[in-house]
Amino acid sequence: MKTTFKKIAIEGNEAAALAFKQVNPDVVAAYPITPSTEVVQKFSEYVANGEVDTEFVPVESEHSAMSACIGASAAGARVMTSTASQGLALMWEMLYIASSLRLPIVMTVANRALSAPINIHGDHSDSMGARDSGWIQIYSENVQEIYDNIFQAVRIAEDPQVRLPVMVNFDGFITSHSEEILEVLDDDLVRRFIGEYKPKYSLLDVDHPMTMGPLALFDSYFEFKVAQAYAIANSLPVIKKVGREFGDLTGRYYDLIEKYHTDDAEYIIVAMSSTCGTVREVVDELREKGEKVGLLKIRVFRPFPLEEISNALKNAKVVGILDRSIIPGSFSGPLYHEIVSGMYHLDKRPIFQPYVYGLGGRDITTEHIKNVFTQLQEIEKLGRPKNLIYIGVRE
Amino acid sequence: MKLPGWKELVEIGPIILEPGNAREYKTGDWRTFRPEIDYSKCTTCLFCWLFCPDSAISFDGKRVEINYDYCKGCGICAAECPVKCITMKEEEK
Repeated sequence: MKTTFKKIAIEGNEAAALAFKQVNPDVVAAYPITPSTEVVQKFSEYVANGEVDTEFVPVESEHSAMSACIGASAAGARVMTSTASQGLALMWEMLYIASSLRLPIVMTVANRALSAPINIHGDHSDSMGARDSGWIQIYSENVQEIYDNIFQAVRIAEDPQVRLPVMVNFDGFITSHSEEILEVLDDDLVRRFIGEYKPKYSLLDVDHPMTMGPLALFDSYFEFKVAQAYAIANSLPVIKKVGREFGDLTGRYYDLIEKYHTDDAEYIIVAMSSTCGTVREVVDELREKGEKVGLLKIRVFRPFPLEEISNALKNAKVVGILDRSIIPGSFSGPLYHEIVSGMYHLDKRPIFQPYVYGLGGRDITTEHIKNVFTQLQEIEKLGRPKNLIYIGVRE
Repeated sequence: MKLPGWKELVEIGPIILEPGNAREYKTGDWRTFRPEIDYSKCTTCLFCWLFCPDSAISFDGKRVEINYDYCKGCGICAAECPVKCITMKEEEK
Protein backbone atom coordinates (compact mmCIF):
# COMPACT_ATOMS: atom_id res chain seq x y z
CA MET A 1 0.00 0.00 0.00
CA LYS A 2 1.37 3.35 -0.96
CA THR A 3 0.88 5.91 1.74
CA THR A 4 0.73 9.56 0.81
CA PHE A 5 2.00 12.13 3.23
CA LYS A 6 1.22 15.78 3.63
CA LYS A 7 3.92 18.03 2.18
CA ILE A 8 4.79 21.38 3.70
CA ALA A 9 7.52 24.00 3.23
CA ILE A 10 9.54 24.35 6.41
CA GLU A 11 12.96 25.39 7.73
CA GLY A 12 15.36 22.80 9.14
CA ASN A 13 15.13 23.98 12.73
CA GLU A 14 11.36 24.16 12.62
CA ALA A 15 11.23 20.66 11.15
CA ALA A 16 13.29 19.52 14.12
CA ALA A 17 10.90 21.27 16.50
CA LEU A 18 7.96 19.63 14.72
CA ALA A 19 9.60 16.23 15.16
CA PHE A 20 10.13 17.01 18.86
CA LYS A 21 6.45 17.90 19.11
CA GLN A 22 5.38 14.64 17.49
CA VAL A 23 7.69 12.66 19.79
CA ASN A 24 6.13 14.56 22.72
CA PRO A 25 9.01 13.88 25.12
CA ASP A 26 8.60 13.95 28.91
CA VAL A 27 11.32 16.55 29.44
CA VAL A 28 13.10 19.11 27.25
CA ALA A 29 15.81 21.15 29.00
CA ALA A 30 17.47 23.53 26.60
CA TYR A 31 19.19 26.85 26.09
CA PRO A 32 18.95 28.68 22.77
CA ILE A 33 22.01 29.32 20.62
CA THR A 34 22.48 30.35 16.99
CA PRO A 35 21.95 28.59 14.59
CA SER A 36 19.88 26.13 16.62
CA THR A 37 17.67 28.66 18.45
CA GLU A 38 14.43 28.04 16.55
CA VAL A 39 14.31 24.41 17.63
CA VAL A 40 13.88 25.48 21.24
CA GLN A 41 11.96 28.65 20.42
CA LYS A 42 9.37 26.85 18.30
CA PHE A 43 9.15 23.98 20.76
CA SER A 44 8.52 26.38 23.66
CA GLU A 45 5.57 27.71 21.66
CA TYR A 46 4.17 24.18 21.42
CA VAL A 47 4.60 23.93 25.20
CA ALA A 48 2.93 27.30 25.82
CA ASN A 49 0.03 26.35 23.53
CA GLY A 50 -0.50 23.08 25.36
CA GLU A 51 0.23 21.02 22.22
CA VAL A 52 2.68 18.77 24.09
CA ASP A 53 2.80 17.26 27.58
CA THR A 54 6.48 18.07 28.00
CA GLU A 55 8.04 19.51 31.14
CA PHE A 56 10.07 22.30 29.56
CA VAL A 57 13.06 23.45 31.62
CA PRO A 58 14.46 26.80 30.42
CA VAL A 59 17.91 26.60 32.00
CA GLU A 60 20.61 29.26 32.36
CA SER A 61 23.33 27.55 30.31
CA GLU A 62 24.02 24.54 28.13
CA HIS A 63 25.97 22.92 30.95
CA SER A 64 22.78 23.08 33.00
CA ALA A 65 20.70 21.96 30.02
CA MET A 66 22.65 18.72 29.69
CA SER A 67 22.77 18.31 33.48
CA ALA A 68 18.99 18.60 33.70
CA CYS A 69 18.61 16.17 30.78
CA ILE A 70 20.86 13.68 32.57
CA GLY A 71 18.85 13.96 35.80
CA ALA A 72 15.54 13.57 33.98
CA SER A 73 16.78 10.67 31.89
CA ALA A 74 18.19 8.90 34.94
CA ALA A 75 14.77 9.32 36.52
CA GLY A 76 13.31 7.42 33.56
CA ALA A 77 11.96 10.22 31.37
CA ARG A 78 12.13 10.46 27.57
CA VAL A 79 14.40 13.48 27.15
CA MET A 80 15.39 15.72 24.24
CA THR A 81 17.43 18.88 23.78
CA SER A 82 19.13 20.98 21.15
CA THR A 83 22.29 23.03 20.85
CA ALA A 84 25.22 24.13 18.64
CA SER A 85 28.84 25.24 18.72
CA GLN A 86 29.82 26.99 21.99
CA GLY A 87 26.75 25.50 23.61
CA LEU A 88 27.92 21.98 22.80
CA ALA A 89 31.39 22.94 24.00
CA LEU A 90 29.94 24.14 27.30
CA MET A 91 28.15 20.79 27.70
CA TRP A 92 31.48 19.02 27.34
CA GLU A 93 31.88 17.24 30.69
CA MET A 94 28.18 16.40 30.87
CA LEU A 95 28.24 14.74 27.40
CA TYR A 96 30.58 12.09 28.77
CA ILE A 97 28.41 11.55 31.83
CA ALA A 98 25.26 11.13 29.71
CA SER A 99 26.86 8.47 27.52
CA SER A 100 28.75 6.71 30.31
CA LEU A 101 25.58 6.42 32.39
CA ARG A 102 23.92 4.95 29.27
CA LEU A 103 21.14 7.55 29.15
CA PRO A 104 19.10 7.61 25.90
CA ILE A 105 18.95 11.40 25.45
CA VAL A 106 18.31 12.71 21.92
CA MET A 107 19.92 16.02 20.98
CA THR A 108 19.98 17.95 17.73
CA VAL A 109 23.11 19.92 16.90
CA ALA A 110 23.04 22.58 14.18
CA ASN A 111 26.76 22.28 13.44
CA ARG A 112 28.58 25.60 13.75
CA ALA A 113 32.18 26.79 13.93
CA LEU A 114 33.91 27.29 17.28
CA SER A 115 35.34 30.64 18.40
CA ALA A 116 37.74 32.43 18.01
CA PRO A 117 37.29 34.43 15.85
CA ILE A 118 33.60 34.37 16.57
CA ASN A 119 31.55 32.91 13.76
CA ILE A 120 27.97 31.69 13.72
CA HIS A 121 28.01 29.67 10.49
CA GLY A 122 28.22 26.03 9.63
CA ASP A 123 31.13 23.67 10.02
CA HIS A 124 31.68 20.43 11.94
CA SER A 125 34.17 21.65 14.56
CA ASP A 126 31.63 21.37 17.38
CA SER A 127 30.45 17.80 16.90
CA MET A 128 33.89 16.56 15.80
CA GLY A 129 35.20 17.94 19.08
CA ALA A 130 32.68 15.68 20.80
CA ARG A 131 33.50 12.64 18.68
CA ASP A 132 35.15 10.78 21.59
CA SER A 133 32.36 11.54 24.06
CA GLY A 134 30.56 8.23 23.52
CA TRP A 135 27.49 9.69 21.81
CA ILE A 136 26.07 8.12 18.68
CA GLN A 137 26.42 10.72 15.90
CA ILE A 138 24.11 10.87 12.88
CA TYR A 139 24.56 13.54 10.17
CA SER A 140 21.64 14.87 8.13
CA GLU A 141 21.95 16.04 4.52
CA ASN A 142 18.74 18.05 4.27
CA VAL A 143 15.61 19.12 6.13
CA GLN A 144 13.77 15.84 5.51
CA GLU A 145 16.69 13.91 6.97
CA ILE A 146 16.77 16.05 10.12
CA TYR A 147 13.11 15.25 10.67
CA ASP A 148 13.46 11.54 9.85
CA ASN A 149 16.68 11.11 11.84
CA ILE A 150 15.10 12.47 15.03
CA PHE A 151 12.46 9.70 15.11
CA GLN A 152 15.08 7.08 14.35
CA ALA A 153 17.35 8.56 17.04
CA VAL A 154 14.65 8.04 19.66
CA ARG A 155 14.30 4.39 18.66
CA ILE A 156 18.06 3.79 18.53
CA ALA A 157 18.77 5.55 21.84
CA GLU A 158 16.04 3.69 23.72
CA ASP A 159 16.69 0.26 22.21
CA PRO A 160 17.34 -2.07 25.18
CA GLN A 161 20.49 -3.29 23.43
CA VAL A 162 21.81 0.27 23.08
CA ARG A 163 20.68 2.74 25.79
CA LEU A 164 22.97 5.52 24.63
CA PRO A 165 22.50 9.20 23.77
CA VAL A 166 22.20 10.16 20.11
CA MET A 167 23.29 13.42 18.50
CA VAL A 168 21.41 14.34 15.30
CA ASN A 169 23.63 16.76 13.38
CA PHE A 170 22.87 19.08 10.48
CA ASP A 171 24.73 22.01 8.94
CA GLY A 172 24.14 25.30 10.71
CA PHE A 173 22.31 27.86 8.53
CA ILE A 174 22.89 25.81 5.37
CA THR A 175 20.30 23.26 6.50
CA SER A 176 18.98 24.71 9.76
CA HIS A 177 17.68 27.81 8.00
CA SER A 178 16.87 26.37 4.57
CA GLU A 179 13.22 26.20 3.69
CA GLU A 180 12.58 22.91 1.94
CA ILE A 181 9.68 20.61 1.19
CA LEU A 182 9.03 18.19 4.03
CA GLU A 183 6.88 15.09 3.99
CA VAL A 184 5.18 15.15 7.36
CA LEU A 185 4.31 11.90 9.10
CA ASP A 186 1.00 11.40 10.87
CA ASP A 187 1.18 11.68 14.66
CA ASP A 188 -0.22 8.16 14.94
CA LEU A 189 2.46 6.76 12.68
CA VAL A 190 5.17 8.50 14.71
CA ARG A 191 3.73 7.18 17.96
CA ARG A 192 3.62 3.65 16.59
CA PHE A 193 7.17 3.89 15.27
CA ILE A 194 8.79 5.24 18.44
CA GLY A 195 6.55 3.35 20.85
CA GLU A 196 6.17 4.03 24.53
CA TYR A 197 9.39 4.47 26.47
CA LYS A 198 9.82 1.92 29.22
CA PRO A 199 13.13 2.69 30.96
CA LYS A 200 15.01 -0.38 32.08
CA TYR A 201 16.45 1.46 35.07
CA SER A 202 14.89 4.46 36.76
CA LEU A 203 15.98 6.36 39.85
CA LEU A 204 12.30 7.02 40.60
CA ASP A 205 11.64 3.29 40.83
CA VAL A 206 11.46 3.37 44.65
CA ASP A 207 10.76 -0.34 44.87
CA HIS A 208 14.14 -1.04 43.31
CA PRO A 209 16.58 1.52 44.73
CA MET A 210 19.85 1.75 42.80
CA THR A 211 23.03 3.75 42.44
CA MET A 212 24.04 5.22 39.09
CA GLY A 213 27.62 6.16 38.31
CA PRO A 214 29.34 5.18 41.56
CA LEU A 215 33.06 5.61 42.20
CA ALA A 216 35.11 3.15 40.14
CA LEU A 217 38.85 3.45 40.63
CA PHE A 218 41.79 1.60 39.08
CA ASP A 219 40.19 -1.75 39.92
CA SER A 220 36.96 -1.16 37.93
CA TYR A 221 36.93 2.00 35.75
CA PHE A 222 38.71 0.27 32.84
CA GLU A 223 36.09 -2.50 32.68
CA PHE A 224 33.28 0.07 32.57
CA LYS A 225 34.89 1.97 29.69
CA VAL A 226 35.51 -1.20 27.64
CA ALA A 227 31.89 -2.21 28.27
CA GLN A 228 30.76 1.23 27.04
CA ALA A 229 32.88 0.90 23.90
CA TYR A 230 31.22 -2.43 23.15
CA ALA A 231 27.78 -0.99 23.84
CA ILE A 232 28.19 1.70 21.17
CA ALA A 233 29.72 -0.79 18.72
CA ASN A 234 26.66 -3.00 19.31
CA SER A 235 24.40 -0.17 18.17
CA LEU A 236 25.50 -0.56 14.50
CA PRO A 237 23.03 -3.37 13.67
CA VAL A 238 20.29 -1.55 15.61
CA ILE A 239 20.86 1.65 13.60
CA LYS A 240 20.61 -0.41 10.37
CA LYS A 241 17.46 -2.19 11.56
CA VAL A 242 15.74 1.05 12.60
CA GLY A 243 16.65 2.64 9.23
CA ARG A 244 15.06 -0.30 7.39
CA GLU A 245 11.91 -0.22 9.50
CA PHE A 246 11.60 3.52 8.96
CA GLY A 247 11.89 2.91 5.22
CA ASP A 248 9.17 0.27 5.32
CA LEU A 249 6.85 2.85 6.87
CA THR A 250 7.77 5.90 4.81
CA GLY A 251 9.55 4.74 1.67
CA ARG A 252 12.69 6.55 2.81
CA TYR A 253 15.30 3.95 3.76
CA TYR A 254 18.35 4.85 5.83
CA ASP A 255 21.66 3.07 6.32
CA LEU A 256 24.99 3.77 8.04
CA ILE A 257 26.42 5.11 4.80
CA GLU A 258 24.97 5.97 1.41
CA LYS A 259 26.76 4.77 -1.70
CA TYR A 260 26.07 6.92 -4.73
CA HIS A 261 27.56 5.43 -7.90
CA THR A 262 30.48 4.02 -5.92
CA ASP A 263 30.29 0.39 -7.07
CA ASP A 264 32.25 0.91 -10.30
CA ALA A 265 33.73 4.30 -9.40
CA GLU A 266 37.44 5.00 -9.86
CA TYR A 267 37.31 8.35 -8.08
CA ILE A 268 35.19 8.79 -4.97
CA ILE A 269 34.53 11.79 -2.76
CA VAL A 270 33.66 11.09 0.88
CA ALA A 271 31.59 13.78 2.58
CA MET A 272 29.03 14.40 5.29
CA SER A 273 25.84 16.43 5.69
CA SER A 274 24.72 19.11 3.19
CA THR A 275 27.86 18.94 1.03
CA CYS A 276 26.69 15.50 -0.13
CA GLY A 277 23.93 17.21 -2.10
CA THR A 278 26.51 19.32 -3.92
CA VAL A 279 28.72 16.32 -4.66
CA ARG A 280 25.74 14.29 -5.90
CA GLU A 281 24.94 17.02 -8.42
CA VAL A 282 28.51 16.93 -9.77
CA VAL A 283 28.59 13.12 -9.84
CA ASP A 284 25.42 13.17 -11.99
CA GLU A 285 26.96 15.69 -14.38
CA LEU A 286 30.29 13.85 -14.72
CA ARG A 287 28.58 10.45 -15.03
CA GLU A 288 26.68 11.79 -18.04
CA LYS A 289 30.08 12.46 -19.61
CA GLY A 290 31.07 8.88 -18.83
CA GLU A 291 33.43 9.60 -15.95
CA LYS A 292 33.55 6.91 -13.28
CA VAL A 293 33.00 9.06 -10.22
CA GLY A 294 31.02 8.49 -7.06
CA LEU A 295 30.03 9.83 -3.67
CA LEU A 296 30.23 8.08 -0.33
CA LYS A 297 28.06 9.78 2.25
CA ILE A 298 28.85 9.08 5.89
CA ARG A 299 25.54 9.25 7.72
CA VAL A 300 26.69 7.62 10.95
CA PHE A 301 30.10 8.76 12.18
CA ARG A 302 29.82 7.27 15.68
CA PRO A 303 29.91 4.33 15.93
CA PHE A 304 32.25 4.38 12.94
CA PRO A 305 30.97 1.93 10.28
CA LEU A 306 34.44 0.86 9.15
CA GLU A 307 33.45 -2.38 7.44
CA GLU A 308 30.81 -0.72 5.26
CA ILE A 309 33.13 2.17 4.41
CA SER A 310 36.04 -0.17 3.55
CA ASN A 311 33.84 -2.26 1.27
CA ALA A 312 32.55 0.85 -0.48
CA LEU A 313 35.98 2.38 -1.05
CA LYS A 314 38.46 -0.47 -1.44
CA ASN A 315 38.14 -0.86 -5.22
CA ALA A 316 38.46 2.84 -6.07
CA LYS A 317 41.68 4.31 -7.44
CA VAL A 318 41.70 7.63 -5.58
CA VAL A 319 39.45 8.82 -2.79
CA GLY A 320 39.14 12.45 -1.74
CA ILE A 321 38.05 12.81 1.89
CA LEU A 322 36.33 16.10 2.67
CA ASP A 323 36.54 17.27 6.26
CA ARG A 324 34.54 20.30 7.38
CA SER A 325 36.68 20.76 10.48
CA ILE A 326 40.33 21.38 11.10
CA ILE A 327 42.72 19.84 13.61
CA PRO A 328 45.52 22.39 14.13
CA GLY A 329 48.76 20.48 14.51
CA SER A 330 47.64 17.41 12.59
CA PHE A 331 48.00 16.44 8.95
CA SER A 332 44.27 16.16 8.15
CA GLY A 333 40.74 16.36 9.48
CA PRO A 334 39.10 13.67 11.64
CA LEU A 335 37.22 11.83 8.86
CA TYR A 336 40.48 11.28 6.98
CA HIS A 337 42.17 9.93 10.12
CA GLU A 338 39.40 7.41 10.75
CA ILE A 339 39.08 6.12 7.20
CA VAL A 340 42.77 5.94 6.35
CA SER A 341 43.92 4.30 9.59
CA GLY A 342 40.93 1.94 9.47
CA MET A 343 41.78 0.76 5.94
CA TYR A 344 45.57 0.69 6.34
CA HIS A 345 45.79 -3.08 6.77
CA LEU A 346 43.83 -3.95 3.63
CA ASP A 347 45.88 -5.57 0.86
CA LYS A 348 44.22 -3.42 -1.75
CA ARG A 349 43.32 0.14 -0.96
CA PRO A 350 43.00 3.41 -2.85
CA ILE A 351 45.14 6.52 -2.54
CA PHE A 352 43.49 8.83 -0.03
CA GLN A 353 43.72 12.60 -0.46
CA PRO A 354 42.88 14.81 2.55
CA TYR A 355 40.84 17.98 2.10
CA VAL A 356 39.55 20.58 4.54
CA TYR A 357 36.80 22.89 3.33
CA GLY A 358 33.95 25.13 4.36
CA LEU A 359 35.21 26.36 7.73
CA GLY A 360 33.00 28.99 9.32
CA GLY A 361 30.34 28.45 6.66
CA ARG A 362 32.61 29.14 3.64
CA ASP A 363 30.71 28.08 0.51
CA ILE A 364 31.50 24.80 -1.21
CA THR A 365 30.31 24.96 -4.82
CA THR A 366 29.90 22.48 -7.66
CA GLU A 367 32.99 24.11 -9.24
CA HIS A 368 35.03 23.22 -6.14
CA ILE A 369 33.81 19.62 -6.29
CA LYS A 370 34.60 19.33 -10.03
CA ASN A 371 38.07 20.62 -9.26
CA VAL A 372 38.47 17.94 -6.57
CA PHE A 373 37.59 15.20 -9.07
CA THR A 374 40.18 16.65 -11.49
CA GLN A 375 42.78 16.66 -8.71
CA LEU A 376 41.99 13.03 -7.84
CA GLN A 377 42.93 12.06 -11.42
CA GLU A 378 46.20 14.00 -11.15
CA ILE A 379 46.96 12.29 -7.84
CA GLU A 380 46.47 8.90 -9.50
CA LYS A 381 49.23 9.81 -12.00
CA LEU A 382 51.39 11.07 -9.14
CA GLY A 383 50.89 7.72 -7.34
CA ARG A 384 50.68 9.27 -3.87
CA PRO A 385 48.56 11.88 -2.04
CA LYS A 386 49.52 15.51 -1.77
CA ASN A 387 49.66 17.33 1.55
CA LEU A 388 46.33 18.46 2.98
CA ILE A 389 44.50 20.63 0.43
CA TYR A 390 42.30 23.50 1.63
CA ILE A 391 39.36 24.18 -0.66
CA GLY A 392 38.38 27.79 -1.36
CA VAL A 393 40.78 29.59 0.97
CA ARG A 394 42.77 32.72 0.05
CA GLU A 395 46.54 32.40 0.18
CA MET B 1 34.30 -9.56 46.59
CA LYS B 2 34.71 -10.75 43.01
CA LEU B 3 34.95 -7.82 40.61
CA PRO B 4 33.06 -8.14 37.29
CA GLY B 5 34.77 -8.40 33.89
CA TRP B 6 33.76 -5.93 31.17
CA LYS B 7 31.50 -8.46 29.43
CA GLU B 8 29.25 -8.48 32.48
CA LEU B 9 28.92 -4.68 32.28
CA VAL B 10 27.98 -4.12 28.61
CA GLU B 11 24.29 -4.60 29.23
CA ILE B 12 23.87 -2.82 32.56
CA GLY B 13 26.45 0.01 32.56
CA PRO B 14 27.64 1.70 35.75
CA ILE B 15 24.61 0.91 37.90
CA ILE B 16 24.48 -0.85 41.27
CA LEU B 17 21.17 -2.63 41.78
CA GLU B 18 21.79 -3.90 45.31
CA PRO B 19 21.83 -0.89 47.63
CA GLY B 20 23.76 -0.71 50.89
CA ASN B 21 26.67 -2.81 49.69
CA ALA B 22 29.58 -0.57 50.75
CA ARG B 23 30.31 -3.14 53.50
CA GLU B 24 31.39 -5.58 50.79
CA TYR B 25 34.16 -3.24 49.71
CA LYS B 26 36.98 -4.03 52.12
CA THR B 27 39.25 -1.01 52.29
CA GLY B 28 41.68 -2.53 54.79
CA ASP B 29 44.17 -3.36 52.04
CA TRP B 30 44.79 0.36 51.51
CA ARG B 31 46.68 0.28 54.85
CA THR B 32 50.45 0.64 55.06
CA PHE B 33 50.59 1.12 58.85
CA ARG B 34 48.63 -1.07 61.24
CA PRO B 35 47.36 0.22 64.60
CA GLU B 36 47.87 -2.22 67.46
CA ILE B 37 46.35 -1.78 70.91
CA ASP B 38 48.27 -2.66 74.06
CA TYR B 39 45.29 -3.71 76.17
CA SER B 40 47.42 -3.71 79.34
CA LYS B 41 47.58 0.12 79.06
CA CYS B 42 44.12 0.75 77.55
CA THR B 43 41.71 2.60 79.89
CA THR B 44 38.68 2.09 77.59
CA CYS B 45 38.23 5.87 77.31
CA LEU B 46 36.69 5.29 73.80
CA PHE B 47 38.58 8.21 72.19
CA CYS B 48 39.78 5.88 69.39
CA TRP B 49 36.24 4.55 68.90
CA LEU B 50 34.95 8.13 68.75
CA PHE B 51 37.61 9.53 66.41
CA CYS B 52 37.95 6.67 63.89
CA PRO B 53 36.72 8.23 60.58
CA ASP B 54 35.91 4.82 59.10
CA SER B 55 33.94 3.45 62.09
CA ALA B 56 36.46 0.61 62.02
CA ILE B 57 36.74 0.46 65.81
CA SER B 58 33.94 -1.29 67.64
CA PHE B 59 33.06 -1.43 71.35
CA ASP B 60 31.24 -4.44 72.76
CA GLY B 61 30.66 -2.93 76.22
CA LYS B 62 33.90 -4.33 77.58
CA ARG B 63 36.71 -3.38 75.23
CA VAL B 64 37.46 -1.70 71.90
CA GLU B 65 38.44 -3.74 68.88
CA ILE B 66 39.89 -2.73 65.50
CA ASN B 67 38.29 -4.22 62.40
CA TYR B 68 41.22 -4.66 60.03
CA ASP B 69 38.90 -5.32 57.04
CA TYR B 70 38.10 -1.59 56.99
CA CYS B 71 40.89 0.17 58.96
CA LYS B 72 42.88 2.22 56.39
CA GLY B 73 45.70 2.84 58.86
CA CYS B 74 45.28 6.61 59.05
CA GLY B 75 46.72 6.71 62.59
CA ILE B 76 44.15 9.10 64.07
CA CYS B 77 43.39 6.61 66.87
CA ALA B 78 47.07 6.40 67.83
CA ALA B 79 47.40 10.18 67.75
CA GLU B 80 44.29 10.74 69.89
CA CYS B 81 44.90 7.97 72.45
CA PRO B 82 45.56 9.85 75.75
CA VAL B 83 47.59 6.99 77.27
CA LYS B 84 49.47 6.20 74.03
CA CYS B 85 48.54 2.52 74.06
CA ILE B 86 48.08 2.36 70.23
CA THR B 87 51.22 1.95 68.12
CA MET B 88 51.37 2.10 64.33
CA LYS B 89 53.39 -0.79 62.93
CA GLU B 90 54.44 -0.96 59.30
CA GLU B 91 52.60 -3.69 57.40
CA GLU B 92 54.78 -6.43 55.99
CA LYS B 93 54.28 -7.94 52.58
